[in-house]
Amino acid sequence: MTDQLADSAERLFTAHCGKEILHAAEDGTWPLALWDAVEEAGFCAALLPEEAGGFGISVPEAFGLLRVAARHAAPIPLAETMLSGWLFARAGMAVPAGILTLAPVRRNERLTLTRAGADWRLSGTATRVPWGRKADAAAVLAAGPDGPMLVKLAQGAFTVTPGANLAAEPRDTITIDAEVAAADAVPWPFPAEALRLAGAAVRTAQIAGALARVLEMSVQYAQTRVQFGRPIGKFQAIQHNLAILAGQSAAALAASDMAADAFGELTPMIIAAAKARAGEAASIAAGLAHQAHGAIGFTQEYELHYATRRLWSWRDEFGTEAEWNALVGRAALAAGGDGLWPAITAAG
Amino acid sequence: MQALSFAAPPPPSEATETLRAEVRAFLATELSDRTPQERASSWGGRDPAFSRKMGRRGWIGMTWPKQYGGHGRSALERYVVLEEMLAAGAPVGFHWVADRQSGPNLIKYGTEEQRRTILPRIVAGECCFCIGMSEPDSGSDLAAARTRAQPVQGGWLVNGTKVWTSGAHKADYMILFCRTDAKSEDDRHAGASQFLVDMEYAKANGMKVRPIIDMRGDHHFNEVVIEDLLLPADAVLGKVGDGWKQVTGELAFERSGPERFLSAFTLLVETVRAIGPEGSERAAIALGRLTSHIMTLRRLSRSVAGMLQAGEDPALQAALVKDLGNVLEQETAEVVRLLVDLEPEDGADDPLIAVQAYLIMSAPSFSLRGGTREILRGIIARGLGLR
Repeated sequence: MTDQLADSAERLFTAHCGKEILHAAEDGTWPLALWDAVEEAGFCAALLPEEAGGFGISVPEAFGLLRVAARHAAPIPLAETMLSGWLFARAGMAVPAGILTLAPVRRNERLTLTRAGADWRLSGTATRVPWGRKADAAAVLAAGPDGPMLVKLAQGAFTVTPGANLAAEPRDTITIDAEVAAADAVPWPFPAEALRLAGAAVRTAQIAGALARVLEMSVQYAQTRVQFGRPIGKFQAIQHNLAILAGQSAAALAASDMAADAFGELTPMIIAAAKARAGEAASIAAGLAHQAHGAIGFTQEYELHYATRRLWSWRDEFGTEAEWNALVGRAALAAGGDGLWPAITAAG
Repeated sequence: MQALSFAAPPPPSEATETLRAEVRAFLATELSDRTPQERASSWGGRDPAFSRKMGRRGWIGMTWPKQYGGHGRSALERYVVLEEMLAAGAPVGFHWVADRQSGPNLIKYGTEEQRRTILPRIVAGECCFCIGMSEPDSGSDLAAARTRAQPVQGGWLVNGTKVWTSGAHKADYMILFCRTDAKSEDDRHAGASQFLVDMEYAKANGMKVRPIIDMRGDHHFNEVVIEDLLLPADAVLGKVGDGWKQVTGELAFERSGPERFLSAFTLLVETVRAIGPEGSERAAIALGRLTSHIMTLRRLSRSVAGMLQAGEDPALQAALVKDLGNVLEQETAEVVRLLVDLEPEDGADDPLIAVQAYLIMSAPSFSLRGGTREILRGIIARGLGLR
């Protein structure tokens, strides 16, 4: 990421993601100042090509932005808005303004698009939809009569049953039985699983960001918390645990970078490997971070949980290690013994 | 704490991919008879004839200055050759240490005479180096080394014992780390130096090399007993008293390469082959996980290679790569045994049974050699600002 973009992102999120804001967000208070600042900075358009409203930054830079936002536990649907905008743009549709989300996010859910004269009817239920209740529009992947279609669905065209992930981020069930104008549904130019791959890639970047935060907090805590006459970071047991944590953070960073590089083509083997590795890293890191922090890290007052609850949530969203490692493994088994190394190097 | 960062590795180019294809074609021919059991020993396999062939292809000393016979190529190109060799289980052991660290050490600290005499021979694949560092009473604690070189008329008189010296029985040269001066009170790293030791000369003049057989029955390690060996004055490598500084400079090179996560790759290959495309979901998940780890490690490792190429000193990143890599290497056989119902047997005809046996009995060394895990984690902790 350019220093300029990194610095401006850092300043923005530092200013607007203080503990009080995070706490209030979990009680349902929409962080208006944060969202306005993010919209004004153009971050929502970070994944868009310039002709669709983007500002010409690369995918790795956009993923860097996602990491910064995640590191600050920004309680807003920035990732979803960026991702949905990208879906619309890839399908050749105008990107709607405002808060965006996408559906379905769960593997076996299906929304159906049937003809209604010159227009369409969209029906079905999607669960765990990020910020369904707050979205101005949703990018919905549906099964049409001739193949997958991307549908632009406005708020009001679906009913919402609220839900949440472990980090109190809205994960709503949406039920759709709506008319869709012809212009709002286009053939989806990717395989159907591409939406979940794109989501997995984005969550990988977010995991890397939250992981960097737990590493930073754990090191800082170990440097300042004094027991037995010295900072606990002087004890080898703590040092080694934090070294392991740092390794997982490094792995998650690599995964995020791999996912960014593979994002344009949505290369399944690379994104799958990245999300799987990031999920595993999140699991190890969250546990070690809490262990290093002792009891204080277990309180609501202390800020560690904003990061660890996100790690525990995001590792399970858009596919767990089981799903994605199975994809990588099937690719490996299909490549065979002699084809395994070429498959790994072809992935980049 | 400064945020961890790994610069993006330079992307593959036509040059690197052409090179990759050349290396693969070379290996397909040269290793066509190499069994999985032999491939499993990876860079432990020593084959002077193979090293000479590699030398003729220009794949040793790739990044070294052309004036010494090197090829002036990039670190990323070298990385391509290394990872292809390791993934295929090529017997690169004869020239390995020389190419990886002894040569760079000579380039950095050697005299012009040392460079001109020795580097071209390494590049040709005709020269084997060993490292005289560990001693019976000093392994991880290198600064506690007691082998002593005493300044005398005509040079240095060396006495002491080195241990775990891989390949000393076959090496042409040893780079010897020893005390040349009493340690200072304030700095236990002071007073050590490196020497370039001609092994043929040494073995005829006071050095005895005795095999140490490992638990698998292999001879890699040696005990080297040095008694009143007189080294000429020009055997000093670099500056007297700079031994510690010179040694630590090598470590980032040593710690981050693909050999730090590919040691068990042959086992993964044979397992994939044995299970086949009809393998169970459980097998796919387990093997996919190992593959995902290798892919992310490769990304990290290439990133470090790029940082080294750019002249940085990514000591923290290199230690992280080695630590992560060794965990993966040691895990592989443990994962495989729960996927395939076999009982490992060393030297069996069945490749998977034999390779599994080899890996299980070699695995303990992965987190001991080249920087023991506990030391590496201490280095990482220091890099994080905890020490």
